[in-house]
Amino acid sequence: MAFHRYDAVVVGAGGAGLMAAIQMAGKAKVAVVSKLYPTRSHTGAAQGGISAALGNTEEDHWEWHMYDTVKGGDYLVDQDAAEVLAQEAIDAVYELEHMGLPFNRTPEGKIDQRRFGGHTRNFGEAAVRRACYAADRTGHMIIQTLYQQGIRHNLNFFDEHHLVDIIFTDDGQCAGVVTYEIRTGELHVIHAKTVVIAAGGFGRIFRVTSNALAGTGDGVAIPYRRGIPLMDMEMYQFHPTGLYKLGVLLSEAARGEGGVVRNRDGEAFAVRYAPTLADLAPRDMMSRFIWQEVKEGRGIDGKDYVLLDVSHLPPEVIDEKLPDITDFARTYLGVEPKREGVPIQPTAHYAMGGLPTNVDAQVIRDPQGTIVPGFYSAGEAACVSVHGANRLGTNSLVDLVVFGRRAGKKMLEDIETLDCAELPKDADAFAREQIDSLKARQSGERAADVRKAMQDIMMDNVSVYRDEGLLLEAQQRIGELKESYRNVSIMDKGSTYNMDLLEALELGNMLDLAETIVHGALARQESRGAHYRGDFEARDDVNWLAHSMIYAEPDGSLRLEKKPVVITRFEPKERKY
Amino acid sequence: MEVTLRIKRFNPETDKKAHFEEYVVDVDPRDRVLDALNQVKWYQDGTLTYRRSCGHGICGSDAMRINGRNRLACKVLMQDLGKRVTLEPLMGFRIEKDLLVDMDVFFDKYKSVKPYLIADNPPAHGERLQSPEERHIFDDTTKCILCAACTTSCPVTWMSEDFVGPAAIVNAHRFIFDSRDTAGIERLQILNKGTGVWRCRTVFNCTDACPRDIKVTEAIEQVKRALIFGDQ
Repeated sequence: MAFHRYDAVVVGAGGAGLMAAIQMAGKAKVAVVSKLYPTRSHTGAAQGGISAALGNTEEDHWEWHMYDTVKGGDYLVDQDAAEVLAQEAIDAVYELEHMGLPFNRTPEGKIDQRRFGGHTRNFGEAAVRRACYAADRTGHMIIQTLYQQGIRHNLNFFDEHHLVDIIFTDDGQCAGVVTYEIRTGELHVIHAKTVVIAAGGFGRIFRVTSNALAGTGDGVAIPYRRGIPLMDMEMYQFHPTGLYKLGVLLSEAARGEGGVVRNRDGEAFAVRYAPTLADLAPRDMMSRFIWQEVKEGRGIDGKDYVLLDVSHLPPEVIDEKLPDITDFARTYLGVEPKREGVPIQPTAHYAMGGLPTNVDAQVIRDPQGTIVPGFYSAGEAACVSVHGANRLGTNSLVDLVVFGRRAGKKMLEDIETLDCAELPKDADAFAREQIDSLKARQSGERAADVRKAMQDIMMDNVSVYRDEGLLLEAQQRIGELKESYRNVSIMDKGSTYNMDLLEALELGNMLDLAETIVHGALARQESRGAHYRGDFEARDDVNWLAHSMIYAEPDGSLRLEKKPVVITRFEPKERKY
Repeated sequence: MEVTLRIKRFNPETDKKAHFEEYVVDVDPRDRVLDALNQVKWYQDGTLTYRRSCGHGICGSDAMRINGRNRLACKVLMQDLGKRVTLEPLMGFRIEKDLLVDMDVFFDKYKSVKPYLIADNPPAHGERLQSPEERHIFDDTTKCILCAACTTSCPVTWMSEDFVGPAAIVNAHRFIFDSRDTAGIERLQILNKGTGVWRCRTVFNCTDACPRDIKVTEAIEQVKRALIFGDQ
């Protein structure tokens, strides 16, 4: 075992983690832990843009951005957090530009902006150009730019270290993390004053997903196991336009530039459901429209997909503004988007839920907002909550930079005042035990089989459409799979790059999270945003204008508490587009 | 369809040298090479080791030699490869295990060209201005995903360990030609050394290998021209 001591540990080297680390660079001793090389992080897959009310191409105001965020999230958004998001987005985008991010430009040389789903002018009147972008690889440019700054600031990277445990003292202060060095198999205890979880989401729980294979929610599952509640886990976003079967994302930018989604009859059907925004209706709605079309037999060839059509756009717009996503269609489906529609279906994309935090990215442990000293979270792993029941396109990148930055700043402050909590003697015992038992088991279930069964039941029963029958079945199945997981054995018993072991550890994390998603979805007897219950079709503001907080009880059961939503400027209204 | 994968294997804990092992997989023609590898790892041999993450050519984890050419395993479809497919690790870097190589040297070379914006103080409010034309000049080299497919396809890299290699030059180019950057001269000086651009023999392997279709050789030539003519 290796031992280290730092002021701050950043878990995850995507947008949020690097943004946090850069705030602290040179001012505190910071370790950045990632199970990948930082530039492999999934921030890099984000395509379309990062919204900020710069008003570079038409009038815009942060209050409009805030309103769209709140309404887009079906009023489950904490409005104090949405205000911070929309206001600070502006400076955050300028900061990225100052760091070198190569945004597309207007003829005057300013950052160019384009339309995106759910972003409107004057509180819902019509679509507005708010998304700042770098072709359709905005996330790629963010991760590259932030990594470049990381190099410049000489950040201390622990590349290819997998998080296996987080250490808390008996009185609840975070004392550090335990990581598994993938290259050597050695355990590392990193004793620290502050730890921020910026380790991303968990789309791999579902069969069809836009997420990387690394998107297994380790950073969310591990604190949950250690008694930290998870918030709004039932709020999981399905992006309407994933490549058929593969789930690879085709950005909303395609529709922002004028693309439409068509059914079997060639009808651009979105306008029938959302007369004002049509194809730029928010993602939860677009996914549901597609689901409805397919259900009523208007999928292509009667199958479960429809077509994304950009063939009517000028070829130079496709080449200049949508090069990557058209390349995906050509590479993976052999389809030429300049001539024909691209087969698409909703794909598991983004967790609105996660570790509950306040606006300073401090993790809280109860509905009263009691903070967990020394413990922070930002980005997809966290739930501030700025996305509520449905995240708007581009707001994930805004979330990363705004709250990643806030996390770093708050940690820097707290490092001054916090004492390093005392480590328990056997800090790595739990991690070691977990790994040893997986390696020791000579025969048993195959992780791949358990994983596939989990992905199938979550996709079939807990995705765009849910009801009690489906959810109860999923609950039982996940329970059985958790039992099976106890008998999982791995073939690789070595120490060098044991990816077999890693995948088994990741599966354990995903199963715990799947269970919380189902639990939250069963409890929430209403339809709101991404959470659609066929047996409770209406939104229920009397009982469920509230966040769910799910706790893992010592006896293996789950407990749910409600946390009121913070409402400041915008009273809940019916959500129409 | 049934395909035989011939995979170069090396386990540092048990093997003295690398050897080939064969696996038969049943794949859909549209499956990616990565899907075929996963099939082996998940259902046949859990010890098979390679890096992967995004699965769609964006993160740069799974560059490897596929039938002798550097490609991303997630960006090549099985239907384009025939019934026997040979998979080997990238050449020129130390093999850590199976298809996974030591990337430290690669990232060290990348870091050596100062791959970050060095610029005067930004305006107090708002962005630095840059025209679409100025932005367009370095657009191609911003696409790099640091997968190392170019650098490890370069015969000069295989022969001389100290050549910075195409990927580092691409990333230097990205800043040398960025109108906002003020350290172009510094980077040009680095690339003017014996380890820099003059080692390039214009073989075009790098351009062929790039999964992002970056015109790598052209970028290297632009850096050479900047050194000779100062037309940066």
